[in-house]
Amino acid sequence: MKTQAELLKKRHRISAAFRFFCLSVTCFAVAILAILILEVTLLGLPWLNVDFLTSFPSRFPEKAGILAGLAGTLWLVALTAAIAIPVGVLAAVYLEEYAKSGRMTTLITINIANLAGVPSIVYGILGLAIFVRFLGLERSVLAGAMTMSLLILPVIIIAAREAIQAVPSSLRQVAFALGATRWQVTRDHVLPQAVPGILTGVILALSRALGETAPLIMIGALTYIAFVPEGPMDEFTALPIQIYNWTSRPQEAFHELASAGIIVLLLVLLLMNATVVWIRYRGSKNKFL
Amino acid sequence: MFQPETDIRLTHARGRPVEQLLRGLFFSCAAISVLTTLAVVGVLSIETFHFFQQVPASDFLFGTRWTPLLEPKSYGILPLLFGTTLIVIGAAIVALPVGLASAVYLSEYAGARTRDVVKPILEILAGIPTIVYGFFAITFVTPILRTLIPSTEVFNAASAGIVVGIMVLPMVASLCDDALRAVPNALRDGAYSLGATSFEVTARIVVPASLSGVFAAFVLAISRAIGETMAVTLAAGATPNLTLNPLESIQTMTAYIVQVSLGDTPAGTLSYQTLFAVGAVLFSMTLVLNLIANAIMNRYRDVYE
Repeated sequence: MKTQAELLKKRHRISAAFRFFCLSVTCFAVAILAILILEVTLLGLPWLNVDFLTSFPSRFPEKAGILAGLAGTLWLVALTAAIAIPVGVLAAVYLEEYAKSGRMTTLITINIANLAGVPSIVYGILGLAIFVRFLGLERSVLAGAMTMSLLILPVIIIAAREAIQAVPSSLRQVAFALGATRWQVTRDHVLPQAVPGILTGVILALSRALGETAPLIMIGALTYIAFVPEGPMDEFTALPIQIYNWTSRPQEAFHELASAGIIVLLLVLLLMNATVVWIRYRGSKNKFL
Repeated sequence: MFQPETDIRLTHARGRPVEQLLRGLFFSCAAISVLTTLAVVGVLSIETFHFFQQVPASDFLFGTRWTPLLEPKSYGILPLLFGTTLIVIGAAIVALPVGLASAVYLSEYAGARTRDVVKPILEILAGIPTIVYGFFAITFVTPILRTLIPSTEVFNAASAGIVVGIMVLPMVASLCDDALRAVPNALRDGAYSLGATSFEVTARIVVPASLSGVFAAFVLAISRAIGETMAVTLAAGATPNLTLNPLESIQTMTAYIVQVSLGDTPAGTLSYQTLFAVGAVLFSMTLVLNLIANAIMNRYRDVYE
């Protein structure tokens, strides 16, 4: 009998130990985030000032700034949004509202799922071959934006499809019953209801475009740029590229500059994510069922 | 003057072609995704074909030296494959156990409030750009490794592998969490009512029941680790090295692609084509892994839904 009781005790001890193990491992993930943010802040905060935000890159760390990267990133994200949002949303509209479920639709759906898993550097290779070389766009912001658009299209399409699916079909039926055409139903009833969901997906996709580095290096955005791009055909550099450039140098001072750059990058991302949370919150308040 | 009948006929006469036009426009937007895939496959195959006209496929696949930018030139991809493998092993050692264990905690132990804290943190970790993880590897992980093991080189596979593991961890955790939570509570209740401890329920009932989902998460994580670029380029070095020693400097397929595109390589040259040949290998590997993961996931959905 004693052995039975001991066995039971042992089983419970193992169980408690296992629970503790899972908990500490989860804390590990949280701790890493804390360490990462702490390290970047400690290294970079002293360098973060107005001069840093308004200066061009320089060989001398104390004179170097992030202006070219910041301006390039704004251009890039704006152009990417202008290309990817309409194409992505309309593709989702086609797949949800127009396409009949058949082989073609299944093919497109599977294809989009697979595209979402293609490494970003492969999009860089594609951009280099098609936009930079074949279409002759050279190292322009436009070539970068088109590459980024292809990269984030699957994300936008998947998010927009989910948002459109969530619109109750009774809404469509009423509009159809009153004689509205498919486009009228989509434009006047489905899309307005789906806007919060679509917007959430779009912002998350754009924040991915903001942080991507490899495809931009592929299309040649890693060059010394001491000007702000003035049109879509200008050469450019971007925030993550600038961070890469500084991180790859051996000097400690450039690493500190890189952390200052990372702080700026993370702040922009935080702002975008805060917008998503705000949209979700507003959406949850006036959602009808 | 109000003329209802003409009005209706007019809307219909005008409505139809516009509707058709819009439908065509929307279809072409959706078709862009298929075109993208075709373009990727096309571009990679054409340039790889040109590459294989000058370098025999057997030299490429089984050669043990990769020196396309130095004399004497040699085009054996094995060193790059070994580099990528090292990173994948490192990432798997970090991400798979930690990801699964934290998923177990989230799904089997944590209360709603803990979930509400941990889930957003995982999302934040997943949203941090890869370049930041590269910076983290160089300025934090590598110095620690070099203090612990002094023979570690400045650029090494271990540091990059660990960081890539941290990077894919949120994805593993959240996919495993989904898989574990898809297991019906009746299974857990049955085991608990027979007197099983929570460890026994997790290890013998819940995890085996969700094994295909967990496995799919692992496969996707490996696919992500293969395609990861920036952290690896920054921290693992640029030395194609046929080694399995994680403390040495290596080069992965992705890091090589970046290295070539950093230099000014004119189109049409053999070194320009290596970029596509390596890209084709990388693309096929990730594609196969993603397809496997999708197939597994579709199968496990059938079981419980």
